[in-house]
Amino acid sequence: MAVVVRKPELVCPAGSLPALRAAVDEGADAVYIGFRDATNARNFPGLNFDADTAREGVRYAHSAGARVLLALNTYPRSAHWARWTAAVDRAAEIGVDAVILADPGLMHYAAVTHPQLRLHLSVQGSATSRHAIAFYHRQFGIRRAVLPRVLSLAQVRGIVERSPVEIEVFGFGSLCVMVEGRCTLSSYITGESPNTCGVCSPARAVRWEETPDGRQSRLNGVLIDRYAPGEAAGYPTLCKGRYRVGDATYYAIEEPTSLNVLELLPDLLACGVAAIKVEGRQRSPAYVREVARVLRAAIDTCAADPERFRVRAEWGAALDRLSEGRSHTLGALHRPWQ
Amino acid sequence: MRLALGPILYFWPAQAVRSFYEEVAAWPVDIVYLGETVCAKRRALRPDDWLALADRLAAAGKETVLSTQTLLESEADLRTLERICNNGRHLVEANDAAALHLLGGRGPFVSGPHINAYNAATLQWLAGLGARRWIPPLELSRDAVADLQHARPAGIETEVFAYGRLPLAFSARCFTARAANVAKDRCEMRCEAHPEGLMLHTREGQPLFAVNGIQLQSATPCNLLPEIDALKRLDVDVLRISPQPQDTGRIVTAFRAALDGAAPPDLRDLAPDGFNNGYWHGRAGMDWEAP
Repeated sequence: MAVVVRKPELVCPAGSLPALRAAVDEGADAVYIGFRDATNARNFPGLNFDADTAREGVRYAHSAGARVLLALNTYPRSAHWARWTAAVDRAAEIGVDAVILADPGLMHYAAVTHPQLRLHLSVQGSATSRHAIAFYHRQFGIRRAVLPRVLSLAQVRGIVERSPVEIEVFGFGSLCVMVEGRCTLSSYITGESPNTCGVCSPARAVRWEETPDGRQSRLNGVLIDRYAPGEAAGYPTLCKGRYRVGDATYYAIEEPTSLNVLELLPDLLACGVAAIKVEGRQRSPAYVREVARVLRAAIDTCAADPERFRVRAEWGAALDRLSEGRSHTLGALHRPWQ
Repeated sequence: MRLALGPILYFWPAQAVRSFYEEVAAWPVDIVYLGETVCAKRRALRPDDWLALADRLAAAGKETVLSTQTLLESEADLRTLERICNNGRHLVEANDAAALHLLGGRGPFVSGPHINAYNAATLQWLAGLGARRWIPPLELSRDAVADLQHARPAGIETEVFAYGRLPLAFSARCFTARAANVAKDRCEMRCEAHPEGLMLHTREGQPLFAVNGIQLQSATPCNLLPEIDALKRLDVDVLRISPQPQDTGRIVTAFRAALDGAAPPDLRDLAPDGFNNGYWHGRAGMDWEAP
């Protein structure tokens, strides 16, 4: 007899209306977006939604039976508090299906001011245990938690079994090596971090140089990496540079690579995760379309017959083409990675 | 203003930890935080050993606080956390929401630097849960701390991280094991060989981070000793010094002297690569703004 599994939602990123439409057209169950400012963790120039485009995105998604989640997942400082609460109000008024929050003060505001608004705990909330999730559930009535990319598969399973709320995990995209919400490497070098400004390694601080030793990438003057002629050069995030530790120069933190959990889909479905999330609101509509298409097919195929599920070569190839360093990893889900 | 010694962030052998705290008992420091906050595999001292150390320091007149692990992943991590939160004798520093889950509403606790309290609403909420003291996130600037000082609820003290390498990030991956080319599950406690971390340099030789197991720290120590007058004006209650294997006593003495009105002593010889204070001045954390 076939094993009955819960089919997780496919949650896709959208940094623009065309990306949102692409995700919905390819079968995303939900799309997550952000407003065009520092209230979300992808505060990049030219990206994201104002109230009108967000409203249009909600209309488009709802007409296709998809949901829209709005990320307000940075940590406002007191001087800017009103901008964040206004963003919560705007989200409620636009009619998004949930807001994704990290800041406890803002969760409190949302729970009190908009009790009907569904709250998801952002990955930036750093909840890595059932106690932390139970706490946010008890305090603010969160309905879902997004897990940081630091847990093994067995640990994810343990949390899903005992969590009072739905669990969302990352399935594909750039890999944060550090516990999200607790990484200040970027602000240490540039003054701007995901928590405070919604950016990691901000583009304004990036400089590329051609030198006799090769191409070099710098972040606020700090050498992140040097590339031999012909060597692919990645975006200079601090955790993907080559450094010297002792006598060795290597990717001391992590290689340029992407998270890809396709081969673990049967396990993730069996343990009952509610949603699988694709990283990348900064990506193009074409990228979002391709990733949504592959993930939709993979999740549907797996849910139909998890025991015989195999990752199709074409899926792997399509995703690797879109991956950083053209390679992929299971990250912390696979214990030896740690 | 009082002085606190933060938890030891590195992995030192049990005997080194015990000798360290024997010295601490005689130092002019008011508050001592104890416990393993970085990696659950570091078990040279068990929770009961930390409790015994805390008892001894309390008997020596120190206010003692047991600090909890920052990244909690396994059921075993949660059991250790429960043991510490339910210790019944010493105040506890929460460094994760799981600790708030166990401590909230059950009496006073300390909200540590890894609880993300960036604004007055969050601080108010923490006070409501029973926080009696809070440590602002390390990347908050003087101006942001000043805003929060104006808005802070009655009865909550503010403690600022004033000296030491800044703990900047935590991962599931152990970067010390990675440097030794071994998996974390077979690490054989490689971090014990690096009592103040393992230096990570750029390819140009710039010291960037200190690798401390699953934690990355700033390569240079943060030093707010020259800012003591500004800290006093902000009504900061406690300054935290983060322990290092050498010279911690000298640093404590220097801060004590400055708090008592002496000119801040020169500590430059302790940091051959310089200090940082950029976060405090609202800049990149690694920067140093001369006083």
